[in-house]
Amino acid sequence: MSEPKFNNSLVRWIDHRLPVFTFMHHEMHEYPTPKNLNYWWNFGSLAGIVLVIMIMSGIVLAMHYTAHVDHAFQSVERIMRDVNYGWLVRYIHANGASFFFIVVYIHIFRGLYYGSYKAPRELLWMLGVVILILMMATAFMGYVLPWGQMSFWGATVITNLFSAIPLVGESIVTLLWGGFSVDNPTLNRFYALHYLLPFVIVGVVVLHIVALHRFGSNNPLGIDVRGNQDTISFHPYYTVKDAFGLGVFLILLSAVVFFLPNSMGHPDNYIPANPMVTPAHIVPEWYFLPFYAILRAIPDKLFGVLAMFAAIGVLFILPWLDRSPVRSATFRPIYKVMFWVFLLDCVALTWLGAKPAEGIYVILSRLFTAYYFFHFLILLPALSIFETPRSLPKSIGRPVLDGGGGAMAAAPAATRERS
Amino acid sequence: MVLQRFVRGLLFLGVSLLILFPNVSVKAAGGIAVPEQDWSFSGVFGTFDRGELQRGFHVYKEVCAGCHSLNYVAFRNLGDLGFNGEEIKVIAKEYEVEDGPNNDGEMFTRTAIPSDTWPAPYPNDNAARAGNNGALPPDLSLMVDARVGGADYLYALLSGYHEAPKGQEVADGMYYNAYYPGNQIAMPSPLSDDGVEYGDGTKATINQQARDVSAFLAWATEPNMEQRKRMGVKVLIFLIVMTGLFYVSKRRIWADVH
Ligand code: HEC
Ligand code: HEM
Repeated sequence: MSEPKFNNSLVRWIDHRLPVFTFMHHEMHEYPTPKNLNYWWNFGSLAGIVLVIMIMSGIVLAMHYTAHVDHAFQSVERIMRDVNYGWLVRYIHANGASFFFIVVYIHIFRGLYYGSYKAPRELLWMLGVVILILMMATAFMGYVLPWGQMSFWGATVITNLFSAIPLVGESIVTLLWGGFSVDNPTLNRFYALHYLLPFVIVGVVVLHIVALHRFGSNNPLGIDVRGNQDTISFHPYYTVKDAFGLGVFLILLSAVVFFLPNSMGHPDNYIPANPMVTPAHIVPEWYFLPFYAILRAIPDKLFGVLAMFAAIGVLFILPWLDRSPVRSATFRPIYKVMFWVFLLDCVALTWLGAKPAEGIYVILSRLFTAYYFFHFLILLPALSIFETPRSLPKSIGRPVLDGGGGAMAAAPAATRERS
Repeated sequence: MVLQRFVRGLLFLGVSLLILFPNVSVKAAGGIAVPEQDWSFSGVFGTFDRGELQRGFHVYKEVCAGCHSLNYVAFRNLGDLGFNGEEIKVIAKEYEVEDGPNNDGEMFTRTAIPSDTWPAPYPNDNAARAGNNGALPPDLSLMVDARVGGADYLYALLSGYHEAPKGQEVADGMYYNAYYPGNQIAMPSPLSDDGVEYGDGTKATINQQARDVSAFLAWATEPNMEQRKRMGVKVLIFLIVMTGLFYVSKRRIWADVH
């Protein structure tokens, strides 16, 4: 790799002593990227940008927010009414959180479909799961801050879960609360952590990217890059493609922020928190619903909590559950179908999480929860043994296997003509 | 081909968004569907009807204010309804607010000024309960965002008082309402035909008053709504042009990738 030449003498002077420009040139400009990435690969950089949007809007909110049970709700309303463009900042932050999860969930399912968690990207994948967990903690605590009815009762229900842990459970709950119920100390520590955790996420994102740049992106064919003919430089090809994707994202986010700003929230959170009045239905934010459904599917509290954590935890060991050497679902006829079944299972769990835990919903939740774990713990290991993958193309540059029919059909027609 | 794949992606996003909006279907928590009303402020280009807001304010001031506070609305905010500075001062002068302590350490009352928020009818929640058979009349400043169905629900609630159907018991001090969750509400029907007199000659039927005051509360809930929508249209136009340019650049730059 050649040393980049910088025209600006100041840049040269700095770079000689502190090679940040060389670093940036290396990691962004000439960073070789597979040339066949489709639009599902947009969601990684998009997630990074959304994180920045969340931090920027969050810091502005923090300048006007008061973390005290007597003032929190009112301070958020001041932001909405009296702070210049405060409504805009808050709607961006509140809806941005939902969009953050949409983007990250798509990003994760992209990884599941194309086998991006397989060697040599196991740590990259696991860091991603860490980010997901930190995001959930951050969003959960953020939702408590406006101190509405759902803030208060959501916090009460979720923190209470920890009491199911034997021996130390009660102490953990007391520690989370800073007392004997969700109250002012809870709000204060949640605020402190809500401010802190996004920056921890930034740190893990950096590690995530370091791990990514070690072997570069996976790609829709799931095969390794063989040489220069398979790659293009990140800039300008993927910068412009990401910019376009960002534009589409901002259009969707703006449509919601400006025209349906409360559609993803719960009306009860516009009622100030009241420990004496329990809302009719306590529902978490939509992005927690699949896990909430799993929690409620199990009749025993402790095992429910364990199952809920296991639902995320199982993602950590996914690279060792799916032993198939083929990454991309494109070449795995059975896995490809099972991927979509699994996606539907997750959608069903999301839907069930919002339903009351009674009658048919309980039975369905149990079925879909069982399937969730069946997919990871039994189906994937079994498929690694029994599934016959289709033959893989030799390289990205020429995706056509000599004489291979299966891969031929899978390779995009346009690429075939061009190569 | 790339475009086709992109369109498919968009469709997917659209569908996922649809799944995510649990509140679009307008149903009261009680279970009966709330009829949808045609509001001047709904839709992308919706704006408030100043006449409607002023009538609604009149209903609030003459009727609801006797029991319900409106804590987040200040007199000066009434400028949004089309009142000028002088008119606002005159309205504020009708009210007394507590202030202080003064230099002697005493609290005192004075006439309200435009920067004061709307004075609450009761000094605290307990007093409010004591005056209402134990039920608490909630603050109305956020009512439209705080109920499923929003302004449609408020209209339905205020115009939804009927005789209880046969066989349905209504407890003492409670009133039958078709749209209130559980159908028994501690608020007596606040509106009556010609209960207020409108300055603009509009006939003050129950439905008219319910409509006007619901629109007023929609404004009180989100006084910045018009600004939000106006800005949204501009931002969307800008973003669509920008994204179009990005798309064209993307096509150009990628043209040489084989
Ligand atoms: C006589 C006092 C009184 C008056 C006047 C009054 N209300 Fe109420 N209102 C109440 C009480 C008490 C409640 C609480 C009802 C309950 O908890 O069952 C209530 C509840 C409400 C609710 C909440 C319903 C819900 O879904 O929880 C709304 C909205 C409301 N009132 C609007 C109005 C409007 C608008 C007016 C003026 C047109 C008005 N009220 C006039 C006493 C009053
Ligand atoms: C990972 C990034 C973040 C996520 C997912 C997130 C999520 C959330 C959520 C869901 C809410 C509740 C919004 C509502 O319903 O009103 C919230 C509120 C808030 N957040 Fe964040 N947040 C993030 C980053 C930050 C940062 C970095 C800060 C401060 C520097 C911050 C400050 C605040 C404040 C002050 C509130 C309360 C105001 C309000 O409720 O609107 N957030 N956050």
